[in-house]
Amino acid sequence: MRRRDFLKSSAAAVAGVSAPAIFTRSAEAQTRSETLLAISENAPNSQDIHGVGANRPAYEVSWNSYDRLMTYGVKKDEQGQDHYDFKKIEPELAEDMNVGPSSITFKLKRGATFHDGAPITAADVKWSFDRAVTVGGFPTFQMKAGSLEKTEQFVAVDDRTFRIDLIRKDHMTIPDLAVPVPAIYNSELCKKNVTAQDPWAMEFTKNNGAGSGAFKVSRWQPGTEVVYERFDDWKGGPLPKLRRVIWRTIPSAGNRRALLERGDADISFDLPNKDFAELAAARQLSIIGTPVENAIQYVGMNAKEGPFANPKVRQAVAWAIPYQKIMDAVLFGRAAPMFGDGDNVATGFAWPQKHGYTTDLVKAKALLTEAGFPNGFETTMSFDLGLAGVNEPMCILIQESLAQIGIRFTINKVPGSNWRNELLKKNMPLITNTFGGWLNYPEYFFFWAYHGQNAVFNTMSYQNTKMDGFIDAARAAGAIDDTAAYQAAVKGFVDMSFDEVPRIPLYQPYLNVAMQKNITGYRYWFHRQLDYRQLVKA
Amino acid sequence: MSAGAVAERSGIAHARYVIGENPVTAFAFGLFVAIVFAAVLGPSLVPYDPLASNTSRALQAPSAQHWFGTDQLGRDLFSRVIVATRLDLTIAVASVILVFALGGLAGIAAGYYGGWIDKVIMRIADTIMAFPLFVLAMGIVAALGNSVTNIVIATAIVNFPLYARVARAEANIRREAGYVEAAKLSGNGDGRIVLMQILPNVFPILVVQMSLTMGYAILNAAGLSFIGLGVRPPMPEWGIMVAEGAAFMVSGEWWIAFFPGLALMIAVFCFNLLGDGLRDIFDPRRRT
Amino acid sequence: MLLLIFNRVLLAIPTLVGVVVVTFVLTRALPGDPAAYFAGPAATQQSIQEIRVKLGTDRPLIEQFGRYISDLARGELGNSLTTGQPVGKEIKARLPASAELTLIGLLFAVMIAVPMGILAATRPNSFIDHATRIVSTAGVSLPVFFTGLLLVYVFYYILGVAPSPVGRLDVFLSPPRHVTGFYLIDAALGRDREVFVSALKQLVLPALTLGIFALAPIARMTRASMLAVLSSDFVRTARASGLSPYKVVVTYAFRNAMLPVITTLGMVLSFLLGANVLVEKVFAWPGIGSFAVEALIASDFAPVQGFVLTMAVLYVLLNLSIDVLYGLIDPRIRINS
Repeated sequence: MRRRDFLKSSAAAVAGVSAPAIFTRSAEAQTRSETLLAISENAPNSQDIHGVGANRPAYEVSWNSYDRLMTYGVKKDEQGQDHYDFKKIEPELAEDMNVGPSSITFKLKRGATFHDGAPITAADVKWSFDRAVTVGGFPTFQMKAGSLEKTEQFVAVDDRTFRIDLIRKDHMTIPDLAVPVPAIYNSELCKKNVTAQDPWAMEFTKNNGAGSGAFKVSRWQPGTEVVYERFDDWKGGPLPKLRRVIWRTIPSAGNRRALLERGDADISFDLPNKDFAELAAARQLSIIGTPVENAIQYVGMNAKEGPFANPKVRQAVAWAIPYQKIMDAVLFGRAAPMFGDGDNVATGFAWPQKHGYTTDLVKAKALLTEAGFPNGFETTMSFDLGLAGVNEPMCILIQESLAQIGIRFTINKVPGSNWRNELLKKNMPLITNTFGGWLNYPEYFFFWAYHGQNAVFNTMSYQNTKMDGFIDAARAAGAIDDTAAYQAAVKGFVDMSFDEVPRIPLYQPYLNVAMQKNITGYRYWFHRQLDYRQLVKA
Repeated sequence: MSAGAVAERSGIAHARYVIGENPVTAFAFGLFVAIVFAAVLGPSLVPYDPLASNTSRALQAPSAQHWFGTDQLGRDLFSRVIVATRLDLTIAVASVILVFALGGLAGIAAGYYGGWIDKVIMRIADTIMAFPLFVLAMGIVAALGNSVTNIVIATAIVNFPLYARVARAEANIRREAGYVEAAKLSGNGDGRIVLMQILPNVFPILVVQMSLTMGYAILNAAGLSFIGLGVRPPMPEWGIMVAEGAAFMVSGEWWIAFFPGLALMIAVFCFNLLGDGLRDIFDPRRRT
Repeated sequence: MLLLIFNRVLLAIPTLVGVVVVTFVLTRALPGDPAAYFAGPAATQQSIQEIRVKLGTDRPLIEQFGRYISDLARGELGNSLTTGQPVGKEIKARLPASAELTLIGLLFAVMIAVPMGILAATRPNSFIDHATRIVSTAGVSLPVFFTGLLLVYVFYYILGVAPSPVGRLDVFLSPPRHVTGFYLIDAALGRDREVFVSALKQLVLPALTLGIFALAPIARMTRASMLAVLSSDFVRTARASGLSPYKVVVTYAFRNAMLPVITTLGMVLSFLLGANVLVEKVFAWPGIGSFAVEALIASDFAPVQGFVLTMAVLYVLLNLSIDVLYGLIDPRIRINS
């Protein structure tokens, strides 16, 4: 090819790209009013909550595209907003539930089908439950929390009757049936896609739907977008008003706010607290902030080794945290304070509740001197880099405040991928972190966070037999509904956690949501993901 | 040494001529002096403690009291931007000196000795070049941990091929030069020839390269900070400040990202122009 | 010609081997542990150890490397933890997005920088020469993430003239039928005007951000190359024979000055492909760059390795095609090599 020809032909190619000849109109006409556009920071990495390493956004896909046997009812919270009701268990795929002394029997709804039209049978339910207790990891762990452990417990009596045989009395069994994990899978479809290495078709369900939920995934571009269409034959509840949901991943927080403010996106959870506070004040969008049940952001101290093993040092730190500054400058008021109750004695039997510490540097300094550190000491404070938006300014404020009583620390940002690993090593002296439990019981929280079994969530390695005694007593009393013993035990561990302060509760975070004014029907769920089924777009 | 003195004088004269001829270079020199001044004396001149928070004055727009406004924690942005100059400049200078030493020496060795030394060094340079450079820098910092030292190392490694190639090309030309041959004939060892004959000739070219890559080094460090792999808080650093401010841009607090971004841009701009100017002075042939 | 290509491919092999080894070592040195990720929120040391055994990450590094190489030989790049998909599939789906953005950005830069360079070369040391230098240097001095944010803020949020930064298309449109993966081309082929216009609109701001960064090298090379050509004998002859200055510059000088500019373009293209990671992040662009950054932060080995390897192969191919192009345009080089 000669040079001149080359230049000519490349010029022609460029012209061909920039001036396409004729266009026809797009055939697909989209109805914006029946389509919801949700935006979030992160995207699901699976459509299946049972999947190994399935992330939180994957729970949302599972929740909306699968059904469970039972679900929770709804109540109004203090702000008058819809809030799932932990006390009310309602049927979803089951039409009724019979609780016997040693078993629970369910009758499946008539005419319910999966997305591919196959009828839902008790065999599907058994297969799904067997799968959840067998595959290991998170689903198996969560099933165990409701004493659902062995495949022999699950019996398909006939096509529409399913029975669970109880291995022990546990007041968490029924609530555990309405969490996202015990979803019902299309077992025939899954079985067509099993391989020798993959007897539960995990590869298949990661990328394909096998459910009966109100929405089915019609397009999935991992990391970018999920598009759902409504399943018009859904039997799990009243047919949703939305026909279509588009869920896009927008990594930049600024862009997410801009999209909402300009009316281009309908709904999002993922904005900085400051944006929620400002948007709420501007009143152009609906902003709802619901305290996340059973969740607390805290400062944790290593109770096993180093200076924080001394309770006096921990108390000194608790008196030196700039609580109010954190509430104002970091959270912009969008959280419930957990400090300044007046005393360190439990008020009532609910959890979370406020402790008595406030910012009092004189008291803090005195305690530190008493503990044998008149000149303070040097240490490190770590946090999860993935949550730097809140954690970083918070740590800087704490750093400045603790320096005044002589505790100087460097800030260590741990990449999100490694955070869990670092927590498991249990050797970080000082951290900030959030912990929350799905099942809303104080003893559930304390069992994971303070018990001497030293679970990963006991990030302080706090071990105290007296504490364990209270927690075990509350669990035992709860299972047999012994209110007096239960309350005494709860009061016991709450008081002790305030006095010993291995972790200093800072605040109860809000689950904030911002949506256009024409979106109604938002409901708070314990899993903190969006439920499209109740949403209405006017 | 009279010949050397003459050469030096003519060099200065040439420099004066270039600066006089090129107002842009003069301007860049002016900026450079200002930046160095801010880096050296800035911390003792700023009106506020750059680390002290004051939550009652958070997120204030620029005013007579706070020239660049305040950030989320009420820290004075003017003080932070000025104080950050030292750290950003340190990172850039340190990484450039490191790569100057490593890349320069490797390049001279490759160019002077040739053979397998040349092959190995050039293969290393090629391998680094084949990486997407920013991702390589990210990987190094992520693997080694985010500290100032590691940012310096990562930036130096990423720039290595550039220096090695330039030094190699120059050394290669000089190797055949008459004065090197003469030095060899008069019984000088390789080390002495490299030190006395090659290095002084390669040096100016590398200095030009240094000024050009200073800007890149600052941008690189800022980019790392932007994705969370920068220096540790609460140290002020331009890239981190832009990243922090990015979230506030949409809500109208433009100054938090804008001023550090501006400082970053001015510094990089200055080094790039300066690099051009230095090239005109040291190496008129390559003027572009 | 064939021999040249063969030689170049041969030369590239040690480079690629180096890239594979370095990437492997680097990703294994990342602080994260995929086993801890897989073990879920309620992990114990024991359950993590079990998963390590399952994943093979408890084996010595050299053994893991052997396994990685044998997977690579079979074209297996592994699975991404963050998106749950095979890396090869992800890269195939995302590469066109990055390439389209980069090429449009480059096109934009060329359209501005080449005329700027020519103007500067025809009037050295004039006002326009200095202005060119300042503008192009300013462009390369701007951190791309800062430029991107600023452009979104001004053109989308304040002025409302740019579309929302949600990726490659308006959210209510479906992507065109996959042919090349370049939305502009695919939409044109499918004669879908709406999608074409939307894709073009989405491209403007990110391409501009990237293009600004590419102005400097192109403008400089054009200027230098033009200066050299303008002082050459044949241009002097052309001038002397009374041709109009416009004709001399555009027809004679420019064509001959193109060669080094094309080389520079190749370098800039490979540089931009790597540099657009931050632009992609700002504009929610579903390209391979943003994919790699997320993966690196999450200590997700496989995508990082896949990304780096892809970029290295592209880099080698690009250099190769520049050499070939060079040989086609300028026969002298072919003879010399």
